Amino acid sequence: MYAYDEIDRTLVNERVSEFRDQVKRRLSGELTEDEFKILRLQNGVYLQLHAYMFRVAIPYGTLATNQLRALAHVARKYDRGYGHFTTRQNIQFNWIKLAELPDALADLAKVGIHAMQTSGNNMRNVTSDQWAGVAPGEIEDPRIWSELIRQHTTLHPEFSFLPRKFKIAITASDHDRAAIKIHDIGLKLIKNEKGETGFEVLVGGGLGRTPFIAKTIKHFVHGRDILSYIEAILRVYNQYGRRDNIYKARIKILVHELGIEKFSREVEEEWQHIRNSSLQIDDEVIEDIRSRFTYPAYEKLPHMPDELRQAAADPEFEAWRKNSVAPHKVQGYSIVTISLKPIGKPPGDATAEQMDALADLADKYSFGEIRVGHEQNLALPHVAKRDLPALWKALDKLGLATPNVNLITDIIACPGLDYCSLANARSIPIAQELTRRFANHELANLIGRLHINISGCINACGHHHVGHIGILGVEKNGEEVYQITIGGRADEGAALGNLIGPGVKFDEVADVIEDVVEAYLALRERPEELFIDTVKRLGVEPFKERVYATR
Amino acid sequence: MPLVNGGKIADDSFVKLAVDTPLPDGGDILVPAERFVGEAEALLKRAGKVGVIWPNNRDIDELVPYLGKIAAVALVFPTFRDGRAYSQARLLRERYNYRGELRATGQILRDQFVFMLRAGFDSFEVKKQADAEAFMQTAKRYSVFYQPTGDGRITALHRRMQLRHSEGVGT
Repeated sequence: MYAYDEIDRTLVNERVSEFRDQVKRRLSGELTEDEFKILRLQNGVYLQLHAYMFRVAIPYGTLATNQLRALAHVARKYDRGYGHFTTRQNIQFNWIKLAELPDALADLAKVGIHAMQTSGNNMRNVTSDQWAGVAPGEIEDPRIWSELIRQHTTLHPEFSFLPRKFKIAITASDHDRAAIKIHDIGLKLIKNEKGETGFEVLVGGGLGRTPFIAKTIKHFVHGRDILSYIEAILRVYNQYGRRDNIYKARIKILVHELGIEKFSREVEEEWQHIRNSSLQIDDEVIEDIRSRFTYPAYEKLPHMPDELRQAAADPEFEAWRKNSVAPHKVQGYSIVTISLKPIGKPPGDATAEQMDALADLADKYSFGEIRVGHEQNLALPHVAKRDLPALWKALDKLGLATPNVNLITDIIACPGLDYCSLANARSIPIAQELTRRFANHELANLIGRLHINISGCINACGHHHVGHIGILGVEKNGEEVYQITIGGRADEGAALGNLIGPGVKFDEVADVIEDVVEAYLALRERPEELFIDTVKRLGVEPFKERVYATR
Repeated sequence: MPLVNGGKIADDSFVKLAVDTPLPDGGDILVPAERFVGEAEALLKRAGKVGVIWPNNRDIDELVPYLGKIAAVALVFPTFRDGRAYSQARLLRERYNYRGELRATGQILRDQFVFMLRAGFDSFEVKKQADAEAFMQTAKRYSVFYQPTGDGRITALHRRMQLRHSEGVGT
């Protein structure tokens, strides 16, 4: 956990008081809605279909239990008793009243949580691997660097009014859980031959109307230079990124139009001017940030405790353990993913009661720490294996032990037309129907790892391009129509999916997905061949033939 | 539109010229970039200060040869969501050591003052009277800054290092 010091706390409080002034000026009419819009967006406040929506940052996906309780408190006091975890380590509240927002922010500020730059055309919440610091084989904890960059990007005087939003993600593992290749800047923490820490820097990834996988702009930037290198990228983007067309304003378009070689030359030239400046970070600064991350005092525990051996006789526990529990870097401990995808419910939602209860469980079983992942699930990062059976029972009582992590019902979906003013089509009801169709655990398990991603419009908040199966809702002649892609992925092998055929109507989507899955089961070489690998081996055609033969 | 200069509401000594306004005999003038570049020599010879209005899509490097001779650079925020001039301001101050008046023009609200001060602006054509009057109070709204810029305000990282060292001395 990173502990805020007086300096961090002061800044967050100053931001709250500024926002209080802005809301006051809006309510008095001193600010027009047009002026206020930009200011509220900088604080995570959107105007949605029915009400204001409030998006709160969970930097690099790490939460302490008092912070989770504060989120529960906001859900209860200012909203309708629940919150929605997003694909970028944020939580959204959908029914907030404008006049109460400053108070909600002030309540969150007390526990070091803020909503700065969770929307608007600025540098957004810095995201990272939700298993950071505990994943086996990780090079080092990427959150140290995430925090450094979080600070540097917060209220940046030069880059708070960019052509468009700007997202940075960091990973330090070979297996990329942070989806860095679909970010404006992706950072892969690596060591050079001298053993020094640095980053492979990727740029220009993003989804939306014109999706691109990020390209490597520099194979190694030393850690001490990372802020100046990011600053150079942003300075080029701020000046030359397009501002004439909102759909062409992301850095991916600039990189694409200039070409990565020319773009990287521009960045290099700018970087040479600023790399030997006060942006250079010395080891002492990194050590200072590192010193404010605390790590649990792990016990020396056996690899296979008796409690776990006994529980293995219970098939329900085993079903949950097999897909929810992952190896930890310390023997005797596990990382537990908590599914926020119960059958028939909106993906990523948690009630205030669940949040409070989960905070209690994290205090009891996970050294007071919770993580949030881009798959819209939560995780307890330090659970002793002997506690797994007791934790499972407790989670089950809360409706948080659905054994579907990484399975077909572990669906990523945007809020869609049920909430969002940009949406053209509903997302949540599609997700709900699909979870019902595949509710049978034996069936889901037989299918194996399969990620479905659903977006209710071209803006792609549900990351449909990179779903193993992607579903995009559009509007055609006043009707919701869904385009289906297969073969996308968001990890280290990131790829965009391909369309399997013409769009289908709302009530046909689940049938088509069932047909796609049936085709996969018939086409796979052996049970271990994952859906994504079958698509890679065979391409789209055989799926298309089977799914559309009778339509 | 009130002008804030030196931290308070002030009279504007500059008269803005259009591309084709006849040149007044005396007095301070602010000239659009294209006219300035075309007539620089003649403009700089006359009595009175000369400043230039530089658009946010024109390369600031072009202005560098004149920086020692002009009294003011006015950068433009066509709307406050267009932040290109922040980069131009920092380049002028931090890379080219420009020390004359650096003016923010366009849609300027109180909510940008801190960003602008940090980027090196020292004068502001403020859209609303109430915002101009609130300048001093708004400029002091923040006491913590995470990024180093040319304005010399101490950054959070730097302050922490100082705290560490002073604690170190005591022990």
